[in-house]
Amino acid sequence: MTAGIDLGQPQAQSVRSDEDVVRVRQLVRAVAVASKLSLVDQTKVVTAASELARNTLVYGGGGSVEVTVVDNGRRNGVQIVFADSGPGIADLDLAMTDGYTSGGGLGLGLSGSRRLVDEFQIETSAETGTRITVTKWSR
Amino acid sequence: MERVPILKIGDILLVSIQLDMSDQTAVQLQEDLAERIVDTGCHGVIIDITALDIVDSFVGRMLSTIASISKVLDAETVVVGMRPAVAITLVELGLSLNGIRTALNVERGMELIAAAHADELDYQLDDDSDAETATP
Amino acid sequence: MALSTEESGRLAALLSGQNERVTTRWTEIVTSSLRGRLSQAELRRQVQDLHSAIVATGEQGTIDLSADNAGELRAALSELSRGRARQGFSATETTISIFALKDVLAELVQESGGPNALQDYVAFSKLVDEMGLFTFESFVRTRESLIADQAEQLLELSTPVVKLWEGVVAVPLVGTLDSARAQVVMERLLQTLVDTGSPYAIIDITGVPAVDTQVAQHILKTVVAARLMGADCIISGIRPQIAQTIVALGIEFGDIATKASLADALRHVLRLTGVETARRPPRRAV
Repeated sequence: MTAGIDLGQPQAQSVRSDEDVVRVRQLVRAVAVASKLSLVDQTKVVTAASELARNTLVYGGGGSVEVTVVDNGRRNGVQIVFADSGPGIADLDLAMTDGYTSGGGLGLGLSGSRRLVDEFQIETSAETGTRITVTKWSR
Repeated sequence: MERVPILKIGDILLVSIQLDMSDQTAVQLQEDLAERIVDTGCHGVIIDITALDIVDSFVGRMLSTIASISKVLDAETVVVGMRPAVAITLVELGLSLNGIRTALNVERGMELIAAAHADELDYQLDDDSDAETATP
Repeated sequence: MALSTEESGRLAALLSGQNERVTTRWTEIVTSSLRGRLSQAELRRQVQDLHSAIVATGEQGTIDLSADNAGELRAALSELSRGRARQGFSATETTISIFALKDVLAELVQESGGPNALQDYVAFSKLVDEMGLFTFESFVRTRESLIADQAEQLLELSTPVVKLWEGVVAVPLVGTLDSARAQVVMERLLQTLVDTGSPYAIIDITGVPAVDTQVAQHILKTVVAARLMGADCIISGIRPQIAQTIVALGIEFGDIATKASLADALRHVLRLTGVETARRPPRRAV
């Protein structure tokens, strides 16, 4: 899996099934290792990716994930974009609250993964679906 | 779909999760384990997650559910071998794994189950005796 | 700020024409400024390196410190300043080695006279100024990286995790805890729990002068993380001021065991593990 990854290029992975969520985790882990994140930071970003990829599958009806190595001049990091064309999130504030769930989960997916990454952006609408961008920088 | 093997060692069921589980595999494990507890009448379940480099909320919930189910079936569940990075991440994620007993490694987990089981036996013995030899 | 081709040529000629004299005089000035803290032979070698780098660059045409062909000169300058920074010389003592060239040049230009003498000297001295600034900057860079290295070493040094008893490890925290250090300590503590298979950890904060919300949060998170891994943490050595801060900040320590001293904490753990502490039985009254 790690072999043959060109880190200069964004890595894409579609999310259509359970197995794809596993593939997203493996992809993010490979990129996080390659961009020299610490072990704890690797674990955090892979966990966040797992939560968000599952959201993409369960709530967004499937979509795609793109992983990129980014560099802000001082540090490098991993940026992941989760995009789906699902129904969007009706009440974003509510969805970002710990413990709130509309799908029978633990309600930690969005709020919890936001704590695990350094940057978290979310765009959502009923027409265009949901697009979440997260970034984790190396320390 | 891959399945996680469940081993029986004496009075204990040992589950060593060695693969990056899909959600389906996790649910399957939950079901398999419930059946094996009933089939074998074991009183302890050890889930070894040494090999897991992440535990997300889904796996966390599976662990909690397994603990609750086994409790109903009169078996103690101990989760062992959680890596430091995984524990730190779970705390940050906000997952507390309430109701799950944990131990550093399989050996400690077995001690924990043995102690819990011994307590229970003591308790039953105490019931039989006429409470004249109260233990300090 | 570059020297013109003619100026560079004249500078190179001036320096190489009186090679021996330039280096000797230069070395003299530098030696007296450093008051014998570096040997004359070493200084002479450094001065020679710089000298030949300037001549070599000058012979190639214009001398411009930022140009490609001045690579050798830049390397010689940064090597000098790196060496000085490591040996503990001040910035002034370092740059004076470069500025000494001005005195040498002044003497040379004065002797050679010629119609362009003043102009040449102004141009040369501008170049020397530039070299001085460049030296100063690389001196500062070296010092900064030294400081960063030391900070890292300090982090390593100041965070020991020690085994106190069979199954009990302790981190005696000493000094101010910032968020970064707290994080490092805590990660190391958790890893030690795994490596040694110890189900008990004591975090002793006797040597910590102050605790802010963030650090308290780090400690609390570590305790929770340790629990998830199947280990228990005890916090010992909370000083009165810190206890007041903790309460004032509204930080909940919940059901986390806290003890006054490391000894109390160890006794507490040993009692939990069922180890009998040696204590003389109380004497009975007759």
